[in-house]
Amino acid sequence: MPQVTLTVNGQTHTAEVEGRTLLVELLRETLRLTGTHVGCDTSQCGACVVHINGESVKSCTTLAVMANGANVTTIEGLAKADGTLHAMQEAFREYHALQCGFCTPGMVMSAIDLVQKHPEGLTEQQIREGLEGNLCRCTGYHNIVKAIAAAAEVMHGKRSEIARAAE
Amino acid sequence: MTTGVPVPHDNALAHCTGAARFADDLPEPPGLLHAALVLSPVAHGVLGAIDAPPGVIVLTARDVPGTNDISASGKGGEPLFAEASVQHHGQPIAMVLAETRDAALRAAAAVRCAISPLPALLDMEEAIARESFLMPPQVVARGDAASAIGTAPLRAEGTFRAGGQEHFYLESQVAIAVPGEDGEIAITSSTQHPTEVQHIAGRVLGIDYTRLPVTCRRMGGGFGGKESNASWIAAAAALGAWRTGRPVKLRLARKADMAATGKRHPFLFRWRAGFDASGRVLGLEATLAADGGHSLDLTPGVVFRAITHALNCYDVPAVRITAMALRTNTVSHTAFRGFGGPQGVLLMEDVIRGVARGTGLAPETVRERNFAGGPNDTLTPYGQALEGDLIRRVWAECRQDAEWDRRRAEIAAFNATHPFIRRGLGSFALAFGISFGVRHLNQAGALVHVYTDGSIRLNHGGTEMGQGLNVKVAQVVAESFGVPLDRVRITATSTAEVPNTAPTAASTGSDLNGWAAHRAATTIRGRMAEVAGALWEVPAEEVRFAEGRVFVARPGDNRAMGFADLAHRCWMERVSLSATGFYRTPDIHWDPATMTGEPFFYFSYGASVAEVAVDLLTGEHRVLRADLVQDCGRSLNPAIDRGQIEGAFVQGMGWLTCEELYWDAEGRQRTLGPSTYKIPGSRDVPPVFNVRLLQDAPARQDTIFRSKAVGEPPLMLATAVWNAILDATGLDRIDLPATPDRILTALSARGS
Repeated sequence: MPQVTLTVNGQTHTAEVEGRTLLVELLRETLRLTGTHVGCDTSQCGACVVHINGESVKSCTTLAVMANGANVTTIEGLAKADGTLHAMQEAFREYHALQCGFCTPGMVMSAIDLVQKHPEGLTEQQIREGLEGNLCRCTGYHNIVKAIAAAAEVMHGKRSEIARAAE
Repeated sequence: MTTGVPVPHDNALAHCTGAARFADDLPEPPGLLHAALVLSPVAHGVLGAIDAPPGVIVLTARDVPGTNDISASGKGGEPLFAEASVQHHGQPIAMVLAETRDAALRAAAAVRCAISPLPALLDMEEAIARESFLMPPQVVARGDAASAIGTAPLRAEGTFRAGGQEHFYLESQVAIAVPGEDGEIAITSSTQHPTEVQHIAGRVLGIDYTRLPVTCRRMGGGFGGKESNASWIAAAAALGAWRTGRPVKLRLARKADMAATGKRHPFLFRWRAGFDASGRVLGLEATLAADGGHSLDLTPGVVFRAITHALNCYDVPAVRITAMALRTNTVSHTAFRGFGGPQGVLLMEDVIRGVARGTGLAPETVRERNFAGGPNDTLTPYGQALEGDLIRRVWAECRQDAEWDRRRAEIAAFNATHPFIRRGLGSFALAFGISFGVRHLNQAGALVHVYTDGSIRLNHGGTEMGQGLNVKVAQVVAESFGVPLDRVRITATSTAEVPNTAPTAASTGSDLNGWAAHRAATTIRGRMAEVAGALWEVPAEEVRFAEGRVFVARPGDNRAMGFADLAHRCWMERVSLSATGFYRTPDIHWDPATMTGEPFFYFSYGASVAEVAVDLLTGEHRVLRADLVQDCGRSLNPAIDRGQIEGAFVQGMGWLTCEELYWDAEGRQRTLGPSTYKIPGSRDVPPVFNVRLLQDAPARQDTIFRSKAVGEPPLMLATAVWNAILDATGLDRIDLPATPDRILTALSARGS
């Protein structure tokens, strides 16, 4: 069986996997990082999004061996060791950008990549377009878009902390 | 006050960090077997031999020790695994168990079932012609509709269809069954109805409910899809555990979930109406036919809600509405947010447009002319009063929010100049009855413990699927004890803690469980007040609880102590700090013989205006703006309620515009994943989305802190989008979902 060595949330792991083992299976079943979810099995819903070398990928259609040597970040690796949340996590909480929460980890990971790719700033329309690969069945996306806009301001240094939601 | 405050969902932090555990995230018990289902590849046939590859554990109907019946009604006709025949494409025939999920899925795919195909009944018209009914047709009638139509100055009629809807909860169905001592099997289920999981598993295994404790911490979405369907998933896992003596997990792949679990009922509508030149509807005859699929499931309740909501918030003096439940060779359709209500309220929309065409009036004028109350009757045809003032209030406020008149002019100017984009405005108003149509389900229980450090453990019979039920009930309990919300700990729903519960459905979760928890809390608070009163030598009624403290409500009397100190003192005084609370909805009744009564505790009101832009060359459309006003009474949590309204509207919009289920000519379901079944994405929602809770409108009935239910009603507010599409295109009628190809086909037929 192939062996993969990868860094996940700052920790290096080596594991024997089958060639067909998916990255999400390695994360959830071997490493017990169950914050990354599988929603549709076919890379449309985005519940499984993680970062590989800082870029968002759908881990349900990425082979574990493709992450060999890579730096992987999952939802569990975003907050600092002292519990300080990433601005995107803080914004999702503040803006009620979740209901059942199943899509939230993938949504947060996609949103961070989206914001990072747009240092010039993002319009609401760009956020809506950028989120196309992540499905949410509960919220209607309204608060998700607002949360990402608020987090982007902090990530881009335009504000020092997440603006309070209107209500 | 902890109610009425927009506090975040109790799990918000855990979801944002990945710490919240869904059923499939729980550590797997040692020896766990993974299960996978073998589903029927055909819609109808005689089932013969089932051949499995060697060395694979396969369970079929023959392995069921109890009764092979998963019917929610208990009336039978709904097997866990097919026996002599298969009745729909995707019907479970067998279950395979293996050491890994991958092995189970592969083994299930290798199982061969000999099936001699039979003709499949798929079409609703054909089902009506053959009288293929799941139950006798139901009729709600008042006056002589036929002669009212016959003598009316003007007449119109119509036929249209609305499609079904896949729930597409992001977390697919999942259950884990773990054998314990003495024949016990503990079940963890993603379910809206833990008690029914217990009942169905008990029936399938033929064992007492006491041996089947069921737990649900949370669901990754439910929407009705985990009301009855979760029960058979869990029963199958329990059967695996019972047969092997090992823990079993059954988590459906998305494709299997979409094939094997029920959906919203497709409906066929036929009506004829008589009206006058002022737009007043004088008589209406209508038939609403629901496609129930191959078995009964919850169809009687869906039909009941459709027929009681067919006039929505409108008054028609003479009316006769017939509702049918058709039996076809499709998956058994089930609960879906609104439960027949969303289909029922479509009827008057088509009638209103027909009357508008017949009179030359605007549909909005026809609405106003026919609202219940005011100059019209307030009673529904089944005899329950609507609140005409609230209908008019949400309607007027929504029209004002939407700047209707200004935008009408603006849109007309735009349409006059653009070569192929047409914008349109549509409206909608709603009266939605709150309570389960089945009277006995309108009950709830709660269990509250206060510990000697003043922390409070809350358990109730409702389930959390993202709707924020737990935080709302915790807010109620915190307010009852006068403590900060963080003193209340929310725990997993468990049949071992609160038994014999109703499903979390029909929008009633916080109404029922909020009251039950309030009663448990006030029982304990009363005992604590007695202890404090005895200490301070004042009547217990003068002891107050607020801001985490307990004090004497007397001017100049400054005696007080912390809530935790009093809890500890109660323990020292040997006073119980644990109580159950129970609630049943008062004053609801229904007579099925006459189809009359007052089945709802109250009505929830709402109104909406939507603007769309339609491309006449492609049929594609976008919702540009939506304005909603929703009556939530005195909201327990405005942030949670707003989220429900936004999400429900978008889900309703999906049902009406882009979510199309497709069965091929052989009855095979062809929309088994998000690549072929389109739910709304982030780009599909209105960029201008104004949602407002009706202000200063506490519930008039004795609801918990005068709040109102919110789960389902706003889904129907999306109906305004349908009207807006018709306004934009000038089409008379379009079946639902109003997909681009359906719009384009209709436009081509008109020859525009």
